[in-house]
Amino acid sequence: MFNKFKPFLIILISLISLFVIVILGAGTDMIILNPKGPVGEIQKDLIMLSIYYMLAIMIVVLSFFTFIVIKYRKGKNGDYQPNMHGSNKLEIIWTLIPVAIVIALSIPNTQALYELKEAPKATAHKEPIVIHATAVDWKWVFSYPEENVETVNYVNVPTGHPVLFKISAADSMASFWVPELGGQIYGMPGMMNEMYLQADHDGVYDGRNSNFTGEGMAQQKFDFVAMSDDEYNAWVKDAQENEPKLTKEQYEKLLLPGSSDKMTFSSTHLEYVDHGKMGSADYAMKVREKYGVKEKSKHGESDQEMDHDMDHSDMDHSDMDHSDMDHSDMDMDSSDSHEHAH
Amino acid sequence: MFDFIKDNLILNDPLILGANVSIAFTVVAVVAVLTYFKKWKWLWTEWITSVDHKKIGIMYIIAALLMLFRGGVDALLMRAQLTVPDNDFLSSQHYNEIFTTHGTIMILFMAMPFLIGLMNVAVPLQIGARDVAFPYLNNLSFWAFMIGAMIFNISFVFGGSPDAGWTNYAPLAVEGSSGPGINYYLMGLQISGIGTLLTGINFVVTIIKMRAPGMTLLRMPMFTWTTLITAFIIVFAFPILTVTLALMTFDRLFGSHFFTLAGGGNSMLWANLFWLWGHPEVYIVVLPAFGIFSEIIATFSRKTLFGYKSMIISLVAISGLSFVVWVHHFFTMGGTAAVNSVFSITTMAIAIPTGIKIFNWLGTLYKGRIEVTTPMLWSLAFIPTFLIGGVTGVMLGMAAADFQYHNNYFLVAHFHYTLIAGVVFACFAGLIYWYPKMFGLKMNERIGRWAFWFFTIGFNVCFLPQFILGFAGMPRRVYTYGAEDGWTALNVVSTIGGFAMGVAFLIFVYNVYYSYRFEKRETTGDAWGGRTLEWATTTAVPPHYNFSKLPEVTGVDTFWYSKQDGHALKIDEKPEVEYKPIHMPSNSGTPFIMSIFFFIAGFGLVFEIWWMAILGGIGTVGCMAYRSMTSSKQDEGYYVTVEEIKELENPTNREA
Repeated sequence: MFNKFKPFLIILISLISLFVIVILGAGTDMIILNPKGPVGEIQKDLIMLSIYYMLAIMIVVLSFFTFIVIKYRKGKNGDYQPNMHGSNKLEIIWTLIPVAIVIALSIPNTQALYELKEAPKATAHKEPIVIHATAVDWKWVFSYPEENVETVNYVNVPTGHPVLFKISAADSMASFWVPELGGQIYGMPGMMNEMYLQADHDGVYDGRNSNFTGEGMAQQKFDFVAMSDDEYNAWVKDAQENEPKLTKEQYEKLLLPGSSDKMTFSSTHLEYVDHGKMGSADYAMKVREKYGVKEKSKHGESDQEMDHDMDHSDMDHSDMDHSDMDHSDMDMDSSDSHEHAH
Repeated sequence: MFDFIKDNLILNDPLILGANVSIAFTVVAVVAVLTYFKKWKWLWTEWITSVDHKKIGIMYIIAALLMLFRGGVDALLMRAQLTVPDNDFLSSQHYNEIFTTHGTIMILFMAMPFLIGLMNVAVPLQIGARDVAFPYLNNLSFWAFMIGAMIFNISFVFGGSPDAGWTNYAPLAVEGSSGPGINYYLMGLQISGIGTLLTGINFVVTIIKMRAPGMTLLRMPMFTWTTLITAFIIVFAFPILTVTLALMTFDRLFGSHFFTLAGGGNSMLWANLFWLWGHPEVYIVVLPAFGIFSEIIATFSRKTLFGYKSMIISLVAISGLSFVVWVHHFFTMGGTAAVNSVFSITTMAIAIPTGIKIFNWLGTLYKGRIEVTTPMLWSLAFIPTFLIGGVTGVMLGMAAADFQYHNNYFLVAHFHYTLIAGVVFACFAGLIYWYPKMFGLKMNERIGRWAFWFFTIGFNVCFLPQFILGFAGMPRRVYTYGAEDGWTALNVVSTIGGFAMGVAFLIFVYNVYYSYRFEKRETTGDAWGGRTLEWATTTAVPPHYNFSKLPEVTGVDTFWYSKQDGHALKIDEKPEVEYKPIHMPSNSGTPFIMSIFFFIAGFGLVFEIWWMAILGGIGTVGCMAYRSMTSSKQDEGYYVTVEEIKELENPTNREA
């Protein structure tokens, strides 16, 4: 098979591959480049700006490259200057051009960095809603300290309203990310990071943890639900009145590793602990010790000992109707019966 | 003891069971072959105890190729798992172990040893030296690396692999991962890291002190320059890794609280320390690659390297910048806008010296007489591909935009574009380029082209879609995704590309065999019409003393110009030359034995078997003491007699 070597075949295969990738790429929903809120908008503008610059650089370099490689191939009659060892003028030019580009990109980048630290300009007059987002292995807990509501694995916000997320984690370092709206930022135990997000259109946006936190990381997702002010206020009122309070025991069970259904409570865990405060970093560890939960085990026979393992069947992303959920029947130990698949 | 083995040997996973069986067969086969052909003594005297830099280099490269295979299989398993949504080919835990070992192996046990292997082969020859400054230490470096790599690799059949990512972030790696996996990571990296640090010291001293007469710093070949700078980075960066790994070892084994959640530990400290080493590490593998490309592009353009001095200045600039950008690995850790701006700018600034280098390579090609051999093909392909890696790096360097790319497939695509186009291309290019020097024959060009095209097309098919997947919001390190995410089609394409790269590797290995069987032996020592001193040695495979008479250097590319003037530096063209006896260092078995004790200690610590750890520790210290007491004797070395030199330099004996 190695006897015939056909360059046109290579070119053909390359072009076909490129064509397929471009077609598939065009058909892919590049949500980061199609943001649904002002934060993502800032980031998209910056990304597009950098893409234009980078395309320009690539076109220039690749043209030079192609021209030179074709023209000066052995056997062609390009003039051959074996002892040409440099040119101060040229070298200075191609030092200064990238310097200029770096400066040209640094300025909007720095501006954007400062802008992202504050509420979006267009809605800056509105008081932002404060929501604590806490990553736990492998779920997201959202606390509304002002409304005194807590949710798990989904967060409801009013559309067109700035939301200030205060992000931390109970155990592993996680990352809070809603690609269509903007992001992301790390949640770390004992520390508090802040990030503004805002959705300009009603809808359900996928949010997730994008930093590696171990076994259940791929399922550590949440729904970011943007709704009208009226709907939002109704939901808050409903939750305050009809949802159960979050007992300390229930919260402690939430802190054990494992996935979880969506849940709603009419009080927050902040009365027990604020994971973003220094000194509370080991709170979840102490809880796990109390319940005798060992961290996940490895290959080998100790697999059977695992109590709080992941359970993929618990995750129901299609269920968007939160009012249907029966929270009284919340069973934190449901995952016990599931086997660990290796 | 039996229970211990039974408990830890992984038998409940069919994939790993298969690996167990194949490893067992391979070991039995290797032992049988060595015994049957009575090669044990040969192995011991010619290879294991050898202090010859070329042989150590070859051993490094063989180890690196094995690790490329292992890391490549890991990669293909991951690609297989991600091809279709909701795949259950691999479990989450298994996937986590695989991407962790893939990353660690490819960076630390493949890229770095491959390049260190090429440095070992080429650098002493390029500077006209007879060996490295500390040959005994060089052997110890190799064995420490090898033992570290072995400890790390055993994990996947015995006890369970590390599963916290190659960055091994605390607290996941301290409190979130039980079992021996992370201990394997800590011990494997620690022991091989000692080897790397010793190599760094060795090459700094070698290049500073052992250059041939007349070779000033500004006459050194570019690969030697990059090696020197890399060695300096190693010397500055690796102690950080050593200390960081030691701190986590204390956390995991002895209950200290450096990176824990409990007891006031600071887990973010790990991320800082890791990347304070980890970012320079990226340049430890990329800079020598730049050096290799510089050599090859100059050789096959038949031109002097364009902008020699600005190449060196940019090299030094990159090495300096590499230490002040580590925060870009956690732009999203909540730093202030000012902090992120500063690190954005330093990160993007790396594009400036890198850009200078790219243009200088273009300048080298310009008005040359370009000969497209396989090493040159790899080097030419490097320029456009690495360019994509470079410009996406600038995009990632913009912190405000990085908030969106961080931890998604855009990032994955970016670093594969830099590390594969930069480093792996260089490894292949360098190996093929110096192959005649190492083994006395060229690799087959035709098969080499097949391997090349399979690899480069496969590579782009694999990683181009991942940029788009990043924009489509696919996070890295997830073991599965849903069909509704819309990532399926591009993942299928990506997997096809990945497997094409696997095929390329097989073709490459076949080429080694084919070339050994059928390729013409190379006798001149100057297989490619080279420019630098390694091509001035008389034989294709240089004798252990390298140069029968040390060359005199009068400028950059002395060898090339002396050929142009019609008188090569080769000694055999002046038969009247008078040889003098050459002093060479003796072989030594102590480094190997010491590394065995490293292994015992490391393995004991992984499983907290204290008697074993203490035994290994005592053995290691014992070997050091033994070496201290006998070094004066061992360092006496021996003399190669004039008769022997004449014998070896005789052209009729040159057939390799």
